[in-house]
Amino acid sequence: MSSASEAGNGYSVEDGYSIVVDNVSVTYRTSVEGKPTLRSTIRRLGRRERIVREVEALKNVNFRIKRGAVYGVVGANGAGKSTLMRTVTGILPPTDGRVEVKGRVSTLLALGVGFNKELTGKENVVLGGLAAGLTREEVVEKYEEIVDFAELHDFMDMPMRTYSSGMYGRLAFSVAVSLDPDVLVIDEALSVGDARFKKKSFEKMQQLCGENRTILLVTHGMGTVKKLCDRAVWLHRGEVVMKDRAKEVVKHYTRFLQVAEDDELTAEEL
Amino acid sequence: MAEQAVQRTDGQPPQPAGDRSRDGAASRDQDDFTGNYHVYEPYQVGLPPLRPYLRELWRRRQFALQLSKTKLRAKHYDTAFGQLWMVLTPLLMACVYFLLVMVIRGGSRGIDFFAHLTAALFAFQMFSSSVQEGANSIVRGGKLILNTAFPRVLLPLSAVVGAFRRFLPTIPLYVIIHAAVGVPVGWEMLLTIPLVVLILMTAAGVSSLVAAAQVYFRDLSSFLPHVLRIWLYTTPILYTADQATERGLGPLMWINPMAPIIRSWSSVIDNQELPDPAVIAAACGWAGFLFVVGILFFMSRERELVVRL
Repeated sequence: MSSASEAGNGYSVEDGYSIVVDNVSVTYRTSVEGKPTLRSTIRRLGRRERIVREVEALKNVNFRIKRGAVYGVVGANGAGKSTLMRTVTGILPPTDGRVEVKGRVSTLLALGVGFNKELTGKENVVLGGLAAGLTREEVVEKYEEIVDFAELHDFMDMPMRTYSSGMYGRLAFSVAVSLDPDVLVIDEALSVGDARFKKKSFEKMQQLCGENRTILLVTHGMGTVKKLCDRAVWLHRGEVVMKDRAKEVVKHYTRFLQVAEDDELTAEEL
Repeated sequence: MAEQAVQRTDGQPPQPAGDRSRDGAASRDQDDFTGNYHVYEPYQVGLPPLRPYLRELWRRRQFALQLSKTKLRAKHYDTAFGQLWMVLTPLLMACVYFLLVMVIRGGSRGIDFFAHLTAALFAFQMFSSSVQEGANSIVRGGKLILNTAFPRVLLPLSAVVGAFRRFLPTIPLYVIIHAAVGVPVGWEMLLTIPLVVLILMTAAGVSSLVAAAQVYFRDLSSFLPHVLRIWLYTTPILYTADQATERGLGPLMWINPMAPIIRSWSSVIDNQELPDPAVIAAACGWAGFLFVVGILFFMSRERELVVRL
């Protein structure tokens, strides 16, 4: 595989990897202002205030995921997990480095499932599928399957503002898993719906794992990581702390969390 | 590098053992043009790689069409009464402006002026409504932007498609007015087709520009109706370009990007005359310039949209 050496870390998707994250850094400028307006900008001009902040969300992150593997991402809030998901799915391209993904990608991100509440469930499913790059025929083909899995037959022609949050999550999960993804990126979304649907979605996940699909899973649930994932990466403040077998990572991460808690305790005692 | 990689994997990539069951899926991947190999790299000079971007844009054209259709449906334009309103609203608007002009000018205007006004107003409304819709498209489309990777420019473009759809029913309406008023017909009127394209290009450019700006300045949407109103008044709709030139407003007929287009529009529809080549050149120039600048500006901001919403 001579061509593989062209990639910085010597791996490319040709070596049976689904996702190769090569030395990726992501920085972005964002406004700390709640709702940016022209009026406030003009007012600020006079005071020479700056409200734009540079965020270094990821710093030189490297990892690669074998085809068919389930890969966990753990870390505290603000560790860069969500940014990583968005970079891998192409929503937020990297500032430096390179991401390669092989296969059809489907996303289920906690940041907001892409539904418009004013439109009906059916319209949202169609638009979501088309935005994800499916053809109209493919969307029509998948539609029944999506509705069946979500068990929302009676609600599909109603605006989504009439949905409960559980129904909302169920439809989102069904869309994501029914798009027949080769790579599925899931951010904190395993726990949707009632207990029965939770079980069903967990089983669906296990089924997808068995079908040689690659899954990248962000979760705070250590049990889920241990049960589903083969390997995992632990991020802290945008940097990789460790990447190893899932059990090892969970062990170290859990210990770290306890240490952090103990530190806080002693600080309070003082 | 990205190009090479794409070509490399277009062939049969080596697959791990146990993958035989998905051979069917693999051949499907190569059949359709789904871009199943993705490379994400830093933007060059603030712009995403153009060729993949345009390819993805074209692939998702159905999304833009469907989105505009869905939005019209959400406003009940698919019902019989809704469609009636699609014709009535612009007609009433034309009547209001006609009355306004009659009052201001003391009733010195003939009925053929009504034909001029409706034709020009319907064309301008295609522009202004796509800018208005397009301006909100990014801020309102927030959830979809945060969750799915697709060329964001599809959102303002879909607003332009929606405005075009609303323009269509006004064509037969105008044809009736044209015939009723007794304005002659001429082959020059075929020029309206490329002029519609120029209007749509200008609309796409301005919509994209405003849509990206709206993310940084959320209060832009409250200025916009006023800006568009002034834009309407400075375009030869409530008057003719010749009248404007007589009153010393000649430069305005060149500075306002919509003026040369509407001026050409009126000259082929009202008088069945070919427009002055200089006016046509100005119309093409403005439309091309705004289209390219608007879309490029949008694309240069595109990465930041995700973190600013």
